[in-house]
Parts: sequence; C-alpha cells; structure tokens
Amino acid sequence: MSLRAIPAAAVATAALALAACGGSDEPRQTITVLAAASLTEAFGELAEAFEAANPDVDVRLAFAGSATLRTQVIEGAPADLFASASPDEVAALAAAGLVLEERPLAGNALVVVVAEDASDRIGGFADLAEPGLRLVLAAENVPAGRYARESLALAGADFAARVLANVRSNEANVRATLAKVELGEADAAIVYASDLAAADGVVAVAIPERFQVAAEYRIALLAESEAARAFLAFATSPEGAAVLARHGFEPVGVAP
Amino acid sequence: MTALRARAPYAGLGLLMAVFAVFFVLPFAGLLERGLGDRGAWDAITSDTALDALVLSLWTSALSLVIAIVAGTPVAYWLAHARFRGKGAVEALIDLPIVLPPTIAGVALLTAFGRRGLLGTPLDEWFGVTLGFSTVAVIMAQLFVGAPFYVRAARAGFASVDAQYERVAHTLGASRLRAFARVVLPLSWPSLAAGAALCWARALGELGATLIFAGNLQGETQTMPLAILSAFERADGLTTAVALAILLLAVALVALAAFWLISSRNGAAP
Repeated sequence: MSLRAIPAAAVATAALALAACGGSDEPRQTITVLAAASLTEAFGELAEAFEAANPDVDVRLAFAGSATLRTQVIEGAPADLFASASPDEVAALAAAGLVLEERPLAGNALVVVVAEDASDRIGGFADLAEPGLRLVLAAENVPAGRYARESLALAGADFAARVLANVRSNEANVRATLAKVELGEADAAIVYASDLAAADGVVAVAIPERFQVAAEYRIALLAESEAARAFLAFATSPEGAAVLARHGFEPVGVAP
Repeated sequence: MTALRARAPYAGLGLLMAVFAVFFVLPFAGLLERGLGDRGAWDAITSDTALDALVLSLWTSALSLVIAIVAGTPVAYWLAHARFRGKGAVEALIDLPIVLPPTIAGVALLTAFGRRGLLGTPLDEWFGVTLGFSTVAVIMAQLFVGAPFYVRAARAGFASVDAQYERVAHTLGASRLRAFARVVLPLSWPSLAAGAALCWARALGELGATLIFAGNLQGETQTMPLAILSAFERADGLTTAVALAILLLAVALVALAAFWLISSRNGAAP
C-alpha cells in the first residue's frame, strides 16, 4: 500500500462504518445534486416533485456558485449530478473525465437590479457607467460574472471600462451579488432574470436586446445509478421544464 | 502479566493520541505536497493578486491589533479590578464575538454600520460616509472578531497580578501609571502577548464577516483569506489557493514565533 493510499483506506473504513450504522427498514437511495446558486428555488421544487414521484429516493441538494462546485467535484466531492449555469464548468469536468452524460437544461437572461434608494439615479443600462455608483458583480470566474462582463463588452470597451471602475466587490455567486443590492450596500448589480423571483426590495432595469447574453444551463451525470438517471430525465422532461419556467428560466435552445 | 494489563489502557490512549496527531498533521502535509510539487505555485505566490492581498492582510491585521491593544487594555484592567452589578453581563458581552460564527458577525456589522444600519443610515445621509466595501470595513470586521481574544487574555493577566504589589509601589511613591508600567505590565506580560497573538491571528484569518460586510475587491477589501477563496473558485484554482495558503501559513508562523519570543524574553526580566 502506497503512502497515498492510507488516507483513502481510512476514509473507506469510516464510510463502511457509517453505512453500517444507517440501517433502515426499506432500502432507500440517496442522490446528491450540486446546482448553481441561481437554481436554488427551482431545484428545490424539482427535487420535491421528483421525490413525490419516487418515494424511495432522497435527493440531497447543495447550492453554490458553479465555479465553486466545479472545483469541489474535481477535488473529489461525491456527487451524482451537476447543474451548471454555464457549459464551461461542465466542460472542465468532462476534460477531467468525470462526466458520463450531459444535457442542456435551461436558458436565462440578464437583468440589472437596482436598490430602491438608488432607483432615481439608475433608470437604464447606460446609467451604470455614471461615476460614483457602487456596483457589485459576480466574480469573473463565476458564470453570472462572466455573462455580465460579456454583456458590458457588447456595449463597447469604453462603456465596459467605466462600469467596471464602479464595481466595489466581486462576489462568489449570483445570489451573494443580489443580496448586496437587496441590503442596499450596493446601488446595482447584474444578475439573472430568474433571480428576480427571489429578489426583495429591488427594482429591475432591463438590458437592451442587443446587449443581452444568453446564459446556457447544462446538467451533467457524474455517477451511474438508476435514481440519478431518473432525475436527469425528470429535470430535462417537459414537466421539469415547466418547473424551471415557473421560476423564470427559459426553455432550452431558445434565445432570450 | 500485571505490567502488561496495566499498560493496555495506555496503549489505547497512545493510539488515540497518534490518530489525533495525524488528523492535525495530515492537512498541512497535503498543502505542502500540493504546493511544493507544483510549478505554478511560485507564479501564484508572486502574482499581483497575492501580493496585494498579503500587503492588505498584514497592515489591516496589524492596525486591528493596535486598536485592540490601545482601546482594550484599559477595558481589561478595569474589568480585572472593578466590582459592580452586571459585571458578568459585560464580560459575557465581550466574549460574545468569540462564540459567534463570523458570518453572523458580518450580518451584525451590516445591521449596525451598513448603509441601512443603525449608525450607517445617519452616517450616509448626514455625512455621505459609507463603510461597506471599504478597507475600514475590513479593519472593523477584524477588530470585532479579534479584539475579544486580547481583552479576555489581558483581563486574566491583570487579575492574576497580586494587588499588593501595586499597593506597595504606591506607598513607595510611584504614580498609578508608573506602578502600572513598572509592576503590573511586566508581571502580566505573557498573558498580554498571548492575547495579542490570538487577536492578530484571528484578524489575519478573518473571512466570513469580511465577505459579508466588506466585500471582495483586489487591493481594497480582498485580504489573503478572501483571495484564497476566490482562487479556489477559478478554473486552475487549487494551485493558486494552495500556494497562497502556504504563503499565509509561513507569514503567520514567523509572526507567531516573534510573538512568543517577545513574550518569553520580557516575561523573564521584570
């Protein structure tokens, strides 16, 4: 046994011991689904509906920025499915040989959210470049942050530079970004249109069609099991799409 | 036979201690193995992001410590000597940030000093001052989570000094301040140094409250722990995160060694 195998063996032993403790009357299956922070409410409902239809399966959900989840999976976090806000994170897992199958999940659009007290100063997308504003974005490596910067770039390099000069914080995921505006700490942020359903005390300002960037959500199967495959099928079924649509996501393959 | 039977429980304890030790040593070994075996690690350590974060971390945590000492020493001295009703409540209040999860500390700071907070609202409306997303907010978060460690240790240090020594110094004509500087301070020095080291280490490692209250911007509010977290989220992430972690670890070790050296030197010669 090599030195590196010792910790693995210890973990395996501990896992066996834990598994032995968890005896119950009927065999239940647990699947772990990692999902982008923006999917929090939608996947909560999706998991409930799935559990109702499959009473012998427990769905464990974990939400974080897609970038965080990607790193965790690469570092060995046990997960059955990964729903990412961008194809890039799934591609990174595929490159590491961790993806068994992937499917398009949903689309999303971008929107500017403005704190109520700042709504008189920000009436349109162009106002984001006004000097002295306090903006927050998701970090550049987080899908929401990447899409937001792409959108700003579409409006011109000079405009993008002026807006980025107003950025006071780069947040770890889109929901932390939204929270800073909800709290009034920041004047405005760029988040997903679907986040508006979960937002409180903010005013939405539309981003002009020509500067829109279509967010592309994908779901990947990471571990083989009947239950995981069933969840993958359910999430991408018309029923799953209806749940996602209720939470402000767009059907797959349709530009916003 | 008897000897063997008597030794058996000790063997069990020894095994438990060995497992315990491995539990603490292995994570550091893992960091070093990843960091030293990777060529990208050096680039990561010498990157602008890392240097900005290190510089910010060092000066903000040092300033937090200075504020904690200047404002906390009188409080600790007073608590060590004063007797009044509700003293227990005051002490508990000072200890509170120690048991509070830092994320809650961040939310609490927001509700007080945030733009819509108790004090933050008038500050913003009357003076146009906002603390969130500023380096001041970073220092406030560090002070909030770190200072209680110093005050707590200093209080215990002052309380352990026999009040008679101080009284004797007075009768020999020393002023209160002189008695404090010449008698109390040297005798309680080890406690003060230990408290200061803890306070500084806690400030240096502060993450949760800073993320929530101060935000995350390179050169402004992105301290080392935030830089490490941000690196973890990048595609090539772990290399950078590990490299920065090793750098922070090395800096912290040097500083702690200095603390212990100072405390043992001065403690020996009153």
